[in-house]
Amino acid sequence: MSGIGGLTLTIGLPLIAALVLAALSAYERRTGTATGPGFFQRNGLAIGLYLVVAVGFWAFFIILLPQLAMVDMSFRPKLPPAQMGGPKDLYTLENYRYFLFGSTTSTAEWNWIHIKAFFLTIGVSVVITAFNFVICYPLAFHMAQSATLARLRLLLLLLIIPYWVNEILRAFAFRVLLSSGGIINQLLMGSGLTSEPFDFLAADIGLYMGLSYAYLLMMIFPLYNAIESLDRNQIEAARDLGAPWWHIHAFIVMPHSKPGIASGCTLVFMLTAGALAAPLVLGGPRTLWFTPIVYDRFYQAFNWPQGAAYALILLVTCIVFVLVVLRAFRLSLGEITR
Amino acid sequence: MTVSPFQRILFALYIAIFFVYLLGPLAVMGASAFNTPEYPQVWPFEGFTLDWFGKLFADQDMMYGLKMSLWIGLLVVCISVPIGLAGAIVMTQITPRARSLYYLVVVSPVLTPGIIIGISTVVFWRQFTGQTGTRFLYDGVILTVFGQASFISAYCMLIILARLQRFDRAQEEAALDLGASYPQVFFHILLPFLKPALFSAAVLAFLSSFENYNTTTFSILSEKTLTTVLAGRMRQGTTPAISALAVIIVAVTVLGAIVYEILKRRADAAAVQRQRAAQAAEEEELAGTPSPAPA
Repeated sequence: MSGIGGLTLTIGLPLIAALVLAALSAYERRTGTATGPGFFQRNGLAIGLYLVVAVGFWAFFIILLPQLAMVDMSFRPKLPPAQMGGPKDLYTLENYRYFLFGSTTSTAEWNWIHIKAFFLTIGVSVVITAFNFVICYPLAFHMAQSATLARLRLLLLLLIIPYWVNEILRAFAFRVLLSSGGIINQLLMGSGLTSEPFDFLAADIGLYMGLSYAYLLMMIFPLYNAIESLDRNQIEAARDLGAPWWHIHAFIVMPHSKPGIASGCTLVFMLTAGALAAPLVLGGPRTLWFTPIVYDRFYQAFNWPQGAAYALILLVTCIVFVLVVLRAFRLSLGEITR
Repeated sequence: MTVSPFQRILFALYIAIFFVYLLGPLAVMGASAFNTPEYPQVWPFEGFTLDWFGKLFADQDMMYGLKMSLWIGLLVVCISVPIGLAGAIVMTQITPRARSLYYLVVVSPVLTPGIIIGISTVVFWRQFTGQTGTRFLYDGVILTVFGQASFISAYCMLIILARLQRFDRAQEEAALDLGASYPQVFFHILLPFLKPALFSAAVLAFLSSFENYNTTTFSILSEKTLTTVLAGRMRQGTTPAISALAVIIVAVTVLGAIVYEILKRRADAAAVQRQRAAQAAEEEELAGTPSPAPA
């Protein structure tokens, strides 16, 4: 959003939103659908202003306008600062073309490395999400339905400890664990299973384990919250009527906790696909993962518009994917974030 | 409920494996902080040492990063909690027609990958500060606070909203009827009611900010935080001093959790006692007042 147009939008958008909201409120008051005191009447002037300024600044200057600026930049050519907003600063699809076909000077037909890394990132994120769901579900069910209060508190404490160790250190733990002289390789060689240390990191096993590990808790807490709200009598009733255990889970617990399952899976998927710490620490030079490629657009190629385009490709794909899956399970985005 | 011993053993085994997976890597890393070799390793254990902790504290960059992380964490708390509070209050007052759009906008940062938030924050503020002549705002610390505040404010809002939905508006109306002004209602009724949620939101905001890397690595520009220094170290190669840092973070977390648990138990006990005292007082009062004689 270079030039005067960008600045107009920056100031105009919040103003338009405020006008629309005020008009809507006046309309509802006239037609009688809204009753009671108006916004400033109800909150008082000082507090009303605080609410408007805080929410306005957050929604526009911290959330919406930066996203718009990124979208705008992704359609612009890479130019030195002096030429920005000049005659050469025209909208272009060059950055998106590059993702598909690569540099104009290369002979290859498609930009295979980036395309492969992109689809691998999405595919592996799906697998990791499914894996995390499978290993978290039994524990979440136990915590929500059958654990005693003392045990529940202990389990919650044990779960929370690794959560506050930052992502870099969690990834580092896997590097220590899986390195060629690490304890896993010592065990493997000591037991005679292998004679040479196995290079987990070059095989990307370290990366995938680290990614699964990093967002394990993003899965377990939504699951726990959702299963906890299920009335235990329903399970007892099903059991009394002779339902086998897997019937109870498939037809009672899971349908009830569908919003929690969806929210856990969405969080883990989005976070895994957008993870940067684990690929940086656990990935090798040959590792294919999309976020380090985005990072390199900015800090190695110094091509910000291209980086913005790459980031946007990732974001839009993830959102569309999540929405399609939610649609398939008949859930709305509002339900899962609640 | 009948569970066969076999199933019980199987489930115990599963729990054990789960927690080995969850805590094992941290334990191994922690142990490597006390071993002498240059490269972080646990086995063979060549000798016990605390040198790596000394090396960690002597590391200027790391200490500077730590200082900046603490500062940024505090600033994020100061911005995100008030924004989250305002966001939650507006959520309960906004017209239902606009509510779902508003909800979508303010909750979207929770689901947006961190690097995208970081990138978009830098891109926008670089242009905005350039155009308005406010270049001094284009600063790593300020941008990081803004970037992190986008999703941390949403966490705060969700926490505060959960409690706000249980707020009885009759309390507010009663106070207004008795002649309180709007600011008085806000400060003396609403805020005290929300206090526990505000406290949880502040703690969560600080911790989320402190451990953030994905957003920070972009928005920090030329400044440093603990996580960006760590990431830089990791690329140069690894030393057990990094493990020592993890040991300290885990120790502080466990200590904090234990203190929180003790405080919570004490508060629970106090609440029970208060309730008992109130009940006793009520019974006394009932016993003291002469009951109407049966006709």
